[in-house]
Amino acid sequence: MTLDTILDTVAGVCLVAGALLCLAAGIALIRFPDVLSRMHAAAKPQVLGLLLVLLGCALRLRTGVDITTLVLVGLFQLATAPVAAHMVGRTAYPHDDIRRDLLITDELAGDIDRIRADRAGEPQDTSPARTS
Amino acid sequence: MTVVAVIVTALLVAAGGLTLVRIIRGPSILDRAVATDVLLAVVGAAIATEAAYSRDATALPVLVVLALVGFVGSVSVARFAARRNPK
Repeated sequence: MTLDTILDTVAGVCLVAGALLCLAAGIALIRFPDVLSRMHAAAKPQVLGLLLVLLGCALRLRTGVDITTLVLVGLFQLATAPVAAHMVGRTAYPHDDIRRDLLITDELAGDIDRIRADRAGEPQDTSPARTS
Repeated sequence: MTVVAVIVTALLVAAGGLTLVRIIRGPSILDRAVATDVLLAVVGAAIATEAAYSRDATALPVLVVLALVGFVGSVSVARFAARRNPK
């Protein structure tokens, strides 16, 4: 067993584990009941799966420039995935197709009337400051 | 390594297929936005796997661009879905 063989084996294990997590995210998208739980599947197992694939790729390429690029990809993914999930969650929350019985804590429940009023008033607001 | 590549390809194709089913079935635009995000990450994983299999770093800048701008789609959809479907 040379070092190259060991690194290739570890890289292969990382690639397969990452692909399994991607598949888990796909299955979760099909089976989960509402948009909030699907958002959870998109944000967490998906990013971890991509990071594992990137780790496997880095172990296989083994040059400084490529590893730097892959670290950058991982950092950007970690920075942007929560932003997307947060925006989707904020938009999804007051809609009626959210399964409220599945929520463990609902910190916005006290404010829901105000949120609905804000959302209902928004389309009439056509001032340039809001639309630009 | 070929065995690993075949296994990973099969898993990623299955994941992408399930994600496509969710994009088609919806039911809301937000489900489709979330599923599109997942599909983008699956494509990124496929590109990284190809780079690892062929030991060829040509496609890595594509991954950087995907990771940087991939969230813009979901964020824009969420932003404008809020205006169009007020509850």
